[in-house]
Amino acid sequence: MSENDPKSQKYREVAYYPGCALEGSGHAYNRSTKALGKALGLKLKEVDNWNCCGAMEVKNIDPKLQTYLSSRVMSIAANTMKMDTVMAPCNGCYHNLKKAEYELSTDEKSRAVTERLSQKAGHATYRAGQVETIHALDWIREAIGEDGLKARVKNSLQGVKIANYYGCMYTRPRHIFPEKDQGPASESTSKPHFMDDLLAAAGAENVDFPLKTACCGGAHTLSDSDTSTKLVANILQAAEAAGAEVIATECPTCHSGLEMHQIRAERTLGLKTSVKIIYFTQLLGLALGLSPRKVGLHENVSDSFAYVKEKGLA
Amino acid sequence: MPIHEKSLIRPENLAVHEQLEIEGVDVSGHWSTFIESRVVSDYNEALEEEIAALPGGEYIHRCWQCGSCTNACTVNALNPDFNPRYWIYLIRTGMESELLRDKDIIWQCVSCHKCTHVCPRDVVPEGVMKATAHWLELKGHTPKSPSMVFDEVFSEQVFETGKIEDGRVVMQFFKRTGQALRQPWLEEMVRRMLRHLPLGLMTRMGLAALVAPKTRGWGAARGAIGEYVAEQQARHRAALGLNPNPGANPDLHRLVQAAREEL
Repeated sequence: MSENDPKSQKYREVAYYPGCALEGSGHAYNRSTKALGKALGLKLKEVDNWNCCGAMEVKNIDPKLQTYLSSRVMSIAANTMKMDTVMAPCNGCYHNLKKAEYELSTDEKSRAVTERLSQKAGHATYRAGQVETIHALDWIREAIGEDGLKARVKNSLQGVKIANYYGCMYTRPRHIFPEKDQGPASESTSKPHFMDDLLAAAGAENVDFPLKTACCGGAHTLSDSDTSTKLVANILQAAEAAGAEVIATECPTCHSGLEMHQIRAERTLGLKTSVKIIYFTQLLGLALGLSPRKVGLHENVSDSFAYVKEKGLA
Repeated sequence: MPIHEKSLIRPENLAVHEQLEIEGVDVSGHWSTFIESRVVSDYNEALEEEIAALPGGEYIHRCWQCGSCTNACTVNALNPDFNPRYWIYLIRTGMESELLRDKDIIWQCVSCHKCTHVCPRDVVPEGVMKATAHWLELKGHTPKSPSMVFDEVFSEQVFETGKIEDGRVVMQFFKRTGQALRQPWLEEMVRRMLRHLPLGLMTRMGLAALVAPKTRGWGAARGAIGEYVAEQQARHRAALGLNPNPGANPDLHRLVQAAREEL
């Protein structure tokens, strides 16, 4: 992707939807996403007065209510801010906005509920197609591209062995991601590679990791912790068996789930793993020469200060 | 073997006779194990319709039992009794008593969407799991699962303020499920979290836990959502032949009110 490409131009200024997790437990992802955008000259305009996307929890209570909540965010971006692209770094938010887009373009009943709630809440009803929702991976990949990134790397990630972990919400279910699985230039839902590509452009050594889209049990991280711990233990062990020193993440729920259950697995299963859990935005930021604090490494539970120093990244 | 025969070979349905002769043939011992005859007469013919009336269950009628969902299932890999295909089969044939044998694990679906991703008939098995767990609770077959409590705590905060603050969700969840907040692994996590945290951020997080983050001007949306939720819950209860009056059972609408008073 060239930086003169129209799509690249379009993504250079996007509406930014951080979502609830990025204001709390996922703050490191928020900090590093903003720092990365700034370092790359990309403009993020935070969605004005946004609300929760509905997440899995509201969807479980009532899917149409989740559609409405996500539609309000897209409505503000489109109708108040006059933006055509919403960038959501959180896999959950990204998934839910995509799901709402799908529901509103295919289901009459969802449209009726959204219309009714929007009117009562006193804002313009979102119409399918008004904005395009993208993930932080699409954003960097399209706006800067692998070549653009390569040209800007100050501290190569050479020798950093990474297992790229994408989780569930970024690729499943297939029908809400019509742009995926459209050939080599698009993302794959079975073997996603956008994160691999970007980190490789920054010099990293990606390992062959079989559990890229395995589930971390994030939905039940507290309500069924033993299941989540087992699922995370699988992911950590598989990453280490593949030779990874770092698991790169792109979702605040996966990230804190891996961190939390890494500790819990040590306590309850006696399984000690040393693989570091780091957001891909933090790794790219370090590669661009940003300091560990600038990318919020101190906000991670998984301590990787000594590791990044050893690799010459700080 | 067709899956409906699974229930015929449970230990309680098998008979082994130490000494038995039938019409001159010796049928003693393990090699002549008998299966007790069984007549199923307790079909619930409304079961499929009831599940289909709950959110997520709408497309259950499309299933042609290929088993792709169970094959892809994250939870099935940990527990072979967790079997979406089998449950869909039981629901569609109205075998309620068989379904109830697994009532305590159905809520454990982790919503990884692998089933929905691979389903060739767009049944949305993940939605069927949620609808079934919901049905079990509404019918009083199971108490509220920890997952449902979590969904409610989370949703109440969203309905109330437009946003959630994850610290508050965690604390409310532990409180409502009667768990101690001081779990050794949780303390270890907080200890590691605080190791590098600057004072400014800690103060910010502490403030967020005390003063909930809010979406401005949320009042009108809150009212509209509350009204819609109450309406839907009454519809779901009516579809299951239950008293639609929310006063009969604690439901979200009431809990939203309670959360409002609590704030």
